[in-house]
Amino acid sequence: MKYNDTLIDNILYKRIILLLSRFGALSMQVIDKNANKSYEQELANFEQKIADEQKIEPSDWMPEAYRKNVIRQMSQHAHSEIIGMQPEGNWLTRAPSLRRKAILLSKVQDEAGHGLYLYSATETLGINRSEMIAALQSGEAKYAQIFNYPTLTWADVGAIGWLVDGAAIVNQISLQRTSYGPYARSMVRICKEESFHQRQGYEALYAMAHGTPVQKQMAQDALNRIWWPSLMMFGPHDADSAHSSQSMAWKIKRISNDELRQSFIDQSVPQIEVLGLEMPDPEIKWNEERGHYDSGEINWQEFKEVVNGAGPCNYQRIKHHKNAHQEGEWVREAVRSYKEKRAKKQNETAA
Amino acid sequence: MKQEQLAIYEVFIRSNRGLDHKHVGSLHAESPEHALMYARDCYIRRSEGVSIWVVESTNITASEESDIENFVDPMDDKPYRHATHYVLPDSIKNM
Ligand SMILES: [Fe+2]
Ligand SMILES: [Fe+2]
Ligand SMILES: [Fe+2]
Repeated sequence: MKYNDTLIDNILYKRIILLLSRFGALSMQVIDKNANKSYEQELANFEQKIADEQKIEPSDWMPEAYRKNVIRQMSQHAHSEIIGMQPEGNWLTRAPSLRRKAILLSKVQDEAGHGLYLYSATETLGINRSEMIAALQSGEAKYAQIFNYPTLTWADVGAIGWLVDGAAIVNQISLQRTSYGPYARSMVRICKEESFHQRQGYEALYAMAHGTPVQKQMAQDALNRIWWPSLMMFGPHDADSAHSSQSMAWKIKRISNDELRQSFIDQSVPQIEVLGLEMPDPEIKWNEERGHYDSGEINWQEFKEVVNGAGPCNYQRIKHHKNAHQEGEWVREAVRSYKEKRAKKQNETAA
Repeated sequence: MKQEQLAIYEVFIRSNRGLDHKHVGSLHAESPEHALMYARDCYIRRSEGVSIWVVESTNITASEESDIENFVDPMDDKPYRHATHYVLPDSIKNM
């Protein structure tokens, strides 16, 4: 009934406008005023949906700043999935056994799929994939800083699955409740696929931590190096985070950077103990009062440098992406010409 | 015009905001716009949905169920794609 009422209202409204304009009774000013009023109504409607924990869907009205904010966050996430294939991909041909190789290959394939889900979901906001890729390659769009570190030993591959995918899972679970519908639904799907990533990494690192003394040393070294950049994945402290407060208000982000980081630390410390390795941060200590682990301060200077392009592998990652993209041009070319040929054939048979 | 000559449309309904659209059935219609109205009149008579999609059936490309074994590898030889494949110490919880 509600539907019909609005329909009738709309039709009536349009007829009245039409009538008035025919008699010249409606000045442009009145139309403008109506347009303004409807913007305010749309905004109020949008904000009500957010307040009521409703999802925003692609066909819904949304403020331009919301659209931009979600595009920024989703495309950054998509780029991270794609660039994130590189550090692990480096070990595909050097995995220590056929089993480990098959597992790693499968994980890296999953990440390509995650990139695809996310690029497609971002396109619902009116941007296309070529534009997003151009922004990645020009440095205008960012990706997770963690992928600008090298993978020096096989133990790094285990530590990445456990810690980097582990940190991503903590973040992605909170994003299952993000306010943009297509983003929330892609997070549900991705989280289901992520749990194998973390478990295979932990299993690989556990094997090394319980291997020869040299293997154990490699595991410790990987933990020490990858721990800090993993904590940085959650972004700056809440007080210093540029986009955070608006993102939280619009429920694009659901849990703050510092809270997410704390829960990652709390879940990881007992896992380090089970590995039998030393803590990567001497200041890690249980705080009975807070009910959380205390830990040392992150090197924010390093974070800034890596985000702004001066990390150990930034140049290499983007260069590799550009090369792969160029080398893949013949595939896109073939797809385009197949499409054209097929359309031509169908036209011929139709005629 | 005979009823059979009208195109068949598949109807998808989002039962609640935030959920995926799910296939609920089909109907005949003379245009996508009419299909949408018919779907409204048939399929959400008891507020079953907040959004409707209609797609002309011929626009759907589908796999053949009889051929699914040749088309989709069940990947039974790749148990490592499942989280349960990895045996971790009992003290590791929630991973
Ligand atoms: Fe992923
Ligand atoms: Fe991810
Ligand atoms: Fe992953």
